[in-house]
Amino acid sequence: MSESLDAAPVAPARRRRRPRANLGRWAKGGGLHAVLFAIPVVLVYLYFSWGPVVQGLAFSFQKTNLIRPAEWVGWSNFEYVLSDPGLVQASLNTAYFALLALVFGFPIPIILAVLITELRKYDTLYNALAYLPAVVPPVAAILLWKFFYDPDTTGLFNSVLGWFGLGPYPWLNDASSAMPSIVIYATWAGAGSTAIIYIAALSTVRTELYEAAEIDGAGIWRRIWHITLPQLRNVIFVMMLLQLIGTFQIFTEPFLFTGGGPNNATQTILLKIYNYAFVNGDFGAATALSVLLALALGLLSAFYYFVTRRWSSA
Amino acid sequence: MSIVDKPLTAAPSQAETAPAAPVRRGTDQPKERGVISASDRRRPVVRTWFTAIQTILLIGLIISGLGPLLWAAKASVSTSNAIVSDPMGIWFTPNEWGNLLLAWNGAKIGSSLVNTVILAVGSTLSTLIVSVAAAYLLSVLRPKWGPILSGAILATLFLPGVISFVPLYLTILDMPLLHISLQDTFWAVWLPAGASAFNVVVLKRFFDSIPREYMEAAKIDGAGPMRILTMIVLPLSRPILGVIMLLSVVGSWKEFLWPMLVLSNPDLQPVSVMLPKLAAGNSPLSVQMAAVFLSILVPVVLFAIFQKQFLRGVGSAGGIKG
Repeated sequence: MSESLDAAPVAPARRRRRPRANLGRWAKGGGLHAVLFAIPVVLVYLYFSWGPVVQGLAFSFQKTNLIRPAEWVGWSNFEYVLSDPGLVQASLNTAYFALLALVFGFPIPIILAVLITELRKYDTLYNALAYLPAVVPPVAAILLWKFFYDPDTTGLFNSVLGWFGLGPYPWLNDASSAMPSIVIYATWAGAGSTAIIYIAALSTVRTELYEAAEIDGAGIWRRIWHITLPQLRNVIFVMMLLQLIGTFQIFTEPFLFTGGGPNNATQTILLKIYNYAFVNGDFGAATALSVLLALALGLLSAFYYFVTRRWSSA
Repeated sequence: MSIVDKPLTAAPSQAETAPAAPVRRGTDQPKERGVISASDRRRPVVRTWFTAIQTILLIGLIISGLGPLLWAAKASVSTSNAIVSDPMGIWFTPNEWGNLLLAWNGAKIGSSLVNTVILAVGSTLSTLIVSVAAAYLLSVLRPKWGPILSGAILATLFLPGVISFVPLYLTILDMPLLHISLQDTFWAVWLPAGASAFNVVVLKRFFDSIPREYMEAAKIDGAGPMRILTMIVLPLSRPILGVIMLLSVVGSWKEFLWPMLVLSNPDLQPVSVMLPKLAAGNSPLSVQMAAVFLSILVPVVLFAIFQKQFLRGVGSAGGIKG
């Protein structure tokens, strides 16, 4: 991406300007303006983006409590974090959430997008209804859903399911059903905006391919399977990676729904980081775990990139 | 000769089509065929199935998309007793308009909504100013060191947010070199919102597609870089600026964790931070539901008005991610 953005215009300009670089000419040629425009950009990124990343790496090797100056402690933060008995559980929970979100949450937007694209009328209405949950603030939606998930027989979901003779289900109150309940909410909240992205991608599918397949006698399902999905392949790969990266950093949902309970069943890695930093005040341990998670996600992305690149070219 | 000719002829045609593409994506013209062709649509089997699926999908979307919002709207004017004892029966209970007033004044939802608006507007402005400056710099001014800056901004897109989260909080507590604390000021939310690499990429792409001839002509007429930005680039980029504004306002409305950390003073907290505290306290359920409804209202109304812009914006965002 970066190559196509700015590689082209730079080379010839540099070749011409090199021999007589002088300050007056530089200022007159727009160099001063460029610096003026760069100042706010560089300051904001330095303070709030680049700086914290570098600091994060440094903090993970330091012990600091904000009062005394930080001291370097080597790998001890990492040793502490890795020996925490809760880490295995939190990692497993996070992976479980990512897996469930992938199994349930991933196909729904694709199906939704394919169906909506086929509509000839009212497709904007369908689009808008599907996207609606994405504009609802998560905090308000979670409070609402927490009430819907009331384990009593009079809880909203339980009473509706009761009409069909199902339930009552314990939802968030049981260790085995708490995480799936959070996944159902997350799917509701996220499916619409993902579907919109697929719909945009579907509008670029070459329609001659459908024409050709139809002439060759392919039915509707075979056209979806052999043309639509392969044409979406690259978008699907990217969205899957983005979803994985997102789900491994899940925080707000377990924090507000269950606070990590019941019995640590929804304790995630980000909840642990939050607890280290803002409950225990141990910023070193928090950044160490952050760095480990970022490293894992980086490795995952690289691995994913190499695997899917082979598939995309095949 | 051919080398000289090529870029001259290629550039304008590409520039003319490019800005239209992300904005006007297939809603105005009749659609091309999709998987199902016109002759398929005439077959009775396909037609029956398609109508059935279409109806089920519509009902499903209404229940899942609109249902919770309508329920929240009705619950906000129902009694706590009715909400708890029969949540699906509240549709038929009389309205208690007092709930909304209780939530607005008693639960301080009114003042925290004002805070949310202030945070959303400030964050949007900061995103716009920084991203426009960066995109203009990289797309139009193109200094020698541009590629370095561009690479450094793009790199932040690929780093997971978790790595800088705690240090960012410590930066707010004690800004390096300046040694001031932004804790409990709106700046703590506004300024970090400016570092949005994604919006820089979106804007730079759009600026790249504006015909260079306009800027060259203005330059010959004596316009400086600032004037070219305000008189040519910004007016031509109005659609994309609108999309970024909308997505940024709603995005900031949804923020929870960051404002909760940096704004500990209840008088400054936005509604997303107030709501969980309200729910944890012992305020009646009806007031909680009224508060939930009030906090949902603004983004939903914004979406209802600017639907098209939202959907186009999210759709074209996918194009950039992909």
